[in-house]
Amino acid sequence: MCGATTGGLSVEGIDVTTEAIIQGVVVSDAGPIGRAYVRLLDGTGEFTAEVPTSPTGHFRFFAAPGTWTLRVLSPGNESVDRSVAAERGVVAEVEIRV
Amino acid sequence: MSRSDVLVDAEWVEAHLSDPNVVLVEVDEDVSAYDKGHIQGAVRLDWKDELQDAVRRDFVSKSGFEALLSRKGISNDNTVVLYGGNNNWFAAYAYWYFKLYGHNDVKLLDGGRKRWELDSRALTTEVIERPHTAYVATEQDRSIRAFRDDVLAAIGSLNIVDVRSPDEYAGRLLAPAHLPQEQSQRGGHVPTARSIPWSKAANDDGTFRSDDELTSLYEGAGVDLAVDTIAYCRIGERSAHTWFVLHELLGQPNVKNYDGSWTEYGSMVGVPVQLGDAPGSAEGGAA
Repeated sequence: MCGATTGGLSVEGIDVTTEAIIQGVVVSDAGPIGRAYVRLLDGTGEFTAEVPTSPTGHFRFFAAPGTWTLRVLSPGNESVDRSVAAERGVVAEVEIRV
Repeated sequence: MSRSDVLVDAEWVEAHLSDPNVVLVEVDEDVSAYDKGHIQGAVRLDWKDELQDAVRRDFVSKSGFEALLSRKGISNDNTVVLYGGNNNWFAAYAYWYFKLYGHNDVKLLDGGRKRWELDSRALTTEVIERPHTAYVATEQDRSIRAFRDDVLAAIGSLNIVDVRSPDEYAGRLLAPAHLPQEQSQRGGHVPTARSIPWSKAANDDGTFRSDDELTSLYEGAGVDLAVDTIAYCRIGERSAHTWFVLHELLGQPNVKNYDGSWTEYGSMVGVPVQLGDAPGSAEGGAA
């Protein structure tokens, strides 16, 4: 296991044909939120993975095909849930506003 | 042993920032996290470069651990408080590792780095150098470490707890979903292992659930707490989190962490593997 994934929109170097990628950015009215935490929950609501956002608010997951929930935790804000569908060979882009 | 012997909260840490006997140690999967900011006075421990043998797949030797802690400025009588990212996965792994080599006074910061950040508590980039020590470790305590043969012998008899996510357990994912899924090993789980994801033991902010909630979690999932238990995940860090819950918080006497975990088990030739969401029978097979 290497270093944790920091989010970003570039998929350079990733074989996107074999992965079901969910990625995006966490923003507030003041702009992108770095060091928010994005949790990936499966179809039953169970935790599957979590990443901190990058300084530009980005995050990325390598999921399996299906429907997932993204849950965003950030300092001073209520947690926000967002549903997203993942498909192999497709990069699902999500913007989450807190 | 009570919860306060093994777990401290942020207020406790803040009150002990100037305590010379307390050493804060940050352990992350993302080893660059420390450089971006850490709790005042904390030293960094690199779970990969410093806790793994550089050649073969194993931990550093007793003398290697002694040299490492001496270099970090940690004494045998220090209170070591571990914390980190990923809901304390790697901090719990280091906790178990410290116990393996006989360090008595070690604690986890409840909620780790995430809870600290969500509370907007202070972080610094200032790096301190602690004076070197002459740390003395014990031989490894094998009563808390499982090897592959222990796992094979436990199928159908002891509690085997798979703490990965349900999709990894079933074989639909091969790694936690923040990592690429390209892996060499087979998907699935050790036959008869119960699926009890590590995350069920923690709240969203990374703090541990209450003892009552934890006891009903494991009993409700079919774990007989009177029987010995082996916990595993992919590389042994999430299962160290569950080992901490069962052995340190709930005081279960015979709990082992299988650090070889799925990257070893799922690569072995000829061992039974079970696919799907159910524990399955000892022979394993498709869902």
